[in-house]
Amino acid sequence: MPELATVETGTPAASAQGSLRTQYLRAFAGLFLRDLHVLRRELFPFVIRVCMNPMLFLLVFTFIMPHMSGGASMNPTSAAMGTSFSTVLLPGLMAVAIMFSGIAAVALPLAQEFGITREIDDRVMCPLPVAAVAFEKIVFSAMQSIIAAIVVFPLAYYIPSTPVVAHVNSWPYLVAVLILASITSGALGLTIGTTVEPKQIGLIFGVVVMPITFLGCVYYPWKALDPLPWLQRGVLINPIVYMSEGLRSALTPALPHMHPAMILGMLTFFLVLLTWLGIRGFKRRVIG
Amino acid sequence: MIVEIEGLSKIYEGKQRVVAIDGIDLSVEAGSLFGFLGPNGAGKTTTISICTTRALPSAGRVRIAGIDVVQSPSQARRSIGVVPQYNTLDRACTVYENIHFHCLYFGFSRTEAQRRTTHLLEQFHLTERAQAYPAQLSGGLAQRVQIARAIAHHPKVLFLDEPSAGLDPQSRIAMWEAVKNLREEGITVVLTTHYMEEADELCDRVAIIDHGKILIEDTPAALKGSIGAQRVYELDLRNHAGIPQLIRTLGAQPGIASAEATAKGVRIFAGGTEGLLSEVVLAANPYGLRDLTITETSLETVFIRLTGRELRE
Repeated sequence: MPELATVETGTPAASAQGSLRTQYLRAFAGLFLRDLHVLRRELFPFVIRVCMNPMLFLLVFTFIMPHMSGGASMNPTSAAMGTSFSTVLLPGLMAVAIMFSGIAAVALPLAQEFGITREIDDRVMCPLPVAAVAFEKIVFSAMQSIIAAIVVFPLAYYIPSTPVVAHVNSWPYLVAVLILASITSGALGLTIGTTVEPKQIGLIFGVVVMPITFLGCVYYPWKALDPLPWLQRGVLINPIVYMSEGLRSALTPALPHMHPAMILGMLTFFLVLLTWLGIRGFKRRVIG
Repeated sequence: MIVEIEGLSKIYEGKQRVVAIDGIDLSVEAGSLFGFLGPNGAGKTTTISICTTRALPSAGRVRIAGIDVVQSPSQARRSIGVVPQYNTLDRACTVYENIHFHCLYFGFSRTEAQRRTTHLLEQFHLTERAQAYPAQLSGGLAQRVQIARAIAHHPKVLFLDEPSAGLDPQSRIAMWEAVKNLREEGITVVLTTHYMEEADELCDRVAIIDHGKILIEDTPAALKGSIGAQRVYELDLRNHAGIPQLIRTLGAQPGIASAEATAKGVRIFAGGTEGLLSEVVLAANPYGLRDLTITETSLETVFIRLTGRELRE
């Protein structure tokens, strides 16, 4: 929302514009520094949160199961694709890590700040448009998502009994997918955090997180849904699909995946849609 | 005028249409201590929320230091400090960090923020608790941290919403001292309260507000003087049928400014200071006088006079 300074300061318009930009930038940086400071103090819970899901998943499905007799037949996807399940899992687990960070870094804290404590009121009083306060949440969450996604790499390298086959054809494409997916997941977290009533925030795991994860082409490539065309079309409304397919096409291009243009286009679409919804919800919550 | 409110109204549309503010006009002079006095639900908090950019008006405009709060909220916020009714301290940060980060939000450099934070902690006697988290603070201390944080960026106007709600008497007096000291720094203070003693003790000017309207606005002394009486006699009568007759009799007595009917009996506004008691009792006895209370006129009397109701209902 552009703002007009209504006070006569006697300074030329250009420098007033410049000082307004400085004011916004400094306030935004202040909010980011505060979040960074709090995160640094809560580093241990952050590491646990980021590592636990991919670590356990890789441990059970790519280390324990292959050691059991007949374990391989429990992985129908990898059997069908002719690749190790760990290779299928790597991009999927990164997508889950990205999505989950968005929920944990934005939706859950917001539920607390909107609910009992109303802490958000102080940050809304920053000399910054309210939309920018909401956007800071998205950006900070995106940073955590990127860290969470990168953490999956060493885990996927060391844990599985059969090595992951990753190959990056285009680094710019990988970076683009990673950043788009991370910001989209922050916007998803903001949308959820501002839509769901604070006291019902516990429900989102069952109602939102689980369905979008399991139907998000995380544990199987989208192409593998060919035999179930209704489901294959149905999951297209799930933004996680484009995150996992995007990372799949960037990291393990040998596996079947969607067309990159479709992935980038849909990620951008969800980014714009969720950011708009999230910021609208945020404004509705804080401005009476 | 540092705060200018013109034709302000706020209507919540919905199943039940609520008119929270019903056309308020008001100006607050720079450097003064201004109070909104009224019962709960009168529209005080809504007015403050609009002035501090946290709610949008249905009509009218508010300017703080010449800046329109609806058109340029983020510019207006630089001139505004707020202490809301509830504790909004950042629970994840210590007392020191709460003030320090607040300074950073308002564009202070790290050194400036450090200096300002240390200074404020000293000024509000919080240095010892600098490393405590908000959850470890008592209500009075948390309130002090909130005030310190609210003025950290040198706002021109500080808004305090029900600052003494939930405070013990000792903390309330400490808070009053802190607020009075702010005036010496040249900060204009606007506060809301439903405690008449608070408005009387602290404020240069008071606006009495009820049902979203300002009923009267003046200095506490002038408001109390407007009653034209120094004492209020509340009579509790058994025989209500004779009340009009009694009011006529009492009204004719010298020393009685006026008398009016209440739900329980009669209320007398007395100008004189003494000698009235026996005459009042004598006149009221035939009507079954059950009880009698005498109070000094206060802002509460003014409120009762204007609305016919008591402030704390």
